[in-house]
Amino acid sequence: MTERAAPPSSPLLDVCDVGKHFGGVYALNGATLAVEAGEVHALIGPNGAGKTTLIHTLSGALRADAGRIRFAGQEVGGRAMHERAALGLARSYQITNVFARLSVLDNVTLAVQARTRDWGTSFRFWRPFARDTAIVEEARALLERVGLGALAGRRAGNLSHGEQRCLEVALALGTRPRLLLLDEPMAGMGPEESARMVELVERLARQVTLLLVEHDMDAVFRLADRISVLVGGRVIASGLPDEIRADAEVRRAYLGDEA
Amino acid sequence: MGLYVSSTRRRALAVAALVGLCALPWLAQAAGQGFYVSFASRVLIFALAASSLNLVLGFGGMVSFGHAAFFGAGAYCAALLAGAGVAAAPLVWLAAFGAAGLLALLIGALSLRTRGVYFIMITLAFAQMAYYLVVSLPGWGGDDGLPLSGRAPLFGIDLKDDTAFYYAVLALLAASLFAFDRLAHARFGRVIQGIRENETRMEALGYPVFAYKLSCFALAGAFAGLAGALLASQSGLASPSLLHWMQSGTLLVMVILGGVGSLYGGVLGAVLLLVAEEVLVEITPHWQIGLGLALLAVVLWAPQGVAGLFARRRGDD
Repeated sequence: MTERAAPPSSPLLDVCDVGKHFGGVYALNGATLAVEAGEVHALIGPNGAGKTTLIHTLSGALRADAGRIRFAGQEVGGRAMHERAALGLARSYQITNVFARLSVLDNVTLAVQARTRDWGTSFRFWRPFARDTAIVEEARALLERVGLGALAGRRAGNLSHGEQRCLEVALALGTRPRLLLLDEPMAGMGPEESARMVELVERLARQVTLLLVEHDMDAVFRLADRISVLVGGRVIASGLPDEIRADAEVRRAYLGDEA
Repeated sequence: MGLYVSSTRRRALAVAALVGLCALPWLAQAAGQGFYVSFASRVLIFALAASSLNLVLGFGGMVSFGHAAFFGAGAYCAALLAGAGVAAAPLVWLAAFGAAGLLALLIGALSLRTRGVYFIMITLAFAQMAYYLVVSLPGWGGDDGLPLSGRAPLFGIDLKDDTAFYYAVLALLAASLFAFDRLAHARFGRVIQGIRENETRMEALGYPVFAYKLSCFALAGAFAGLAGALLASQSGLASPSLLHWMQSGTLLVMVILGGVGSLYGGVLGAVLLLVAEEVLVEITPHWQIGLGLALLAVVLWAPQGVAGLFARRRGDD
């Protein structure tokens, strides 16, 4: 494992020695990673390296068996998924996970409405939602930003795959996260859709810290400020794109024939 | 199914139905069929119980097979209070509402840790436990149930009169449906419908899903308790059969027949089922075969229930 030099201020996300096993199989085996506020941090690794498992343990969908996870100075390893989301740790899903039977607009308003720090609790039984025009306006603006503005009234399940991937990102954005875990946003996309998603992620990078899991190396090297390489449940290298490209261990373990 | 929105058309139909129901006792008297007023009260009470189940099932997406426990809890609450000499209807209703709500909170807190088939089974198990508990209590009448001496008056209005009682029931049903309509359009209603559609996603967005589901479950249980108290008053008996799993099944059938997730689905289902029973039982004792076929037809061809047949198809869906 590479030694991490102590950063001047503590990182936004500090993952230390996280382990997760399923029966006897170790998906994560002492994974250590730090994401600094403001950066685009890419997480790469061969299939089965534990990338999605790591995203699951960070978001709270799975509990880590070992190690600790600090987010924005707080220990979140024991927190439930919704508590982490409320702290500003949002995620998108590798396999599209939207509200298929609801309209595109309702999808995003549910995400925006989730922000209790702005709108208060949703335990409101009497006051019509229609009066919360600010929530709907924000949702519409968000849809414009991700390029789905014209499709607001459509049923989410009827969108194309690429459009659903954008909606997936919009849902995560609606919660106004401090850190967005993007799990393979380009999964299953054609070249044109991918290019549009890369553009979207580039624009997002200016507003929110990103931890990006992606297989498309062109996209990774174009977008990432720093890259961590996960192999066999451990981060074997973490650094600037050029350092990763030059790292002998990474080339051997992963980039190998490609580089 | 998208998020629920009451169309003007549907609201107009509801108001028209309300006006019609207001005129019903007068029409029944004019036709010399006054005894139907009591039957109509019974139908409206079941409409309230089924509507409360629809809140859990249709809006919250929780298939509860134990709703009868809360229905029965309300009935026994009313009977016990009548036995203790409480002589104010609003107090009885409030107590039944609260007691059933508390029971639902307790059962829900345990049951909602499970999902799918396990949730169906555990709610069924809790309701059956409540049933056997009630049957085994000699002080509560055991198998025979607990009779009520009379109906408590409502602010000086004597509810022993069937027509007065009918109007009280109608007012409570209308108020409850109005509350459900508000709830469905409020932020809470959107959240529970979001949970019905995709629970994991709601959790990932930051909603404490368990708390929302439990609130919905408890609230629905409370309204079922109110219906139970009314039924005990109407029939003069808190019977253990109200807690039996077949009662839970009947309520489920009403909701499915009327329209799962439609605000008036429970009302339509209760009216259809009870009126069909009343009419068909005259023709043949095997009327339930007809009911079975009707249910089959609804599930196959009208999954949105009878209420869905009224709704206009929307272009995009």
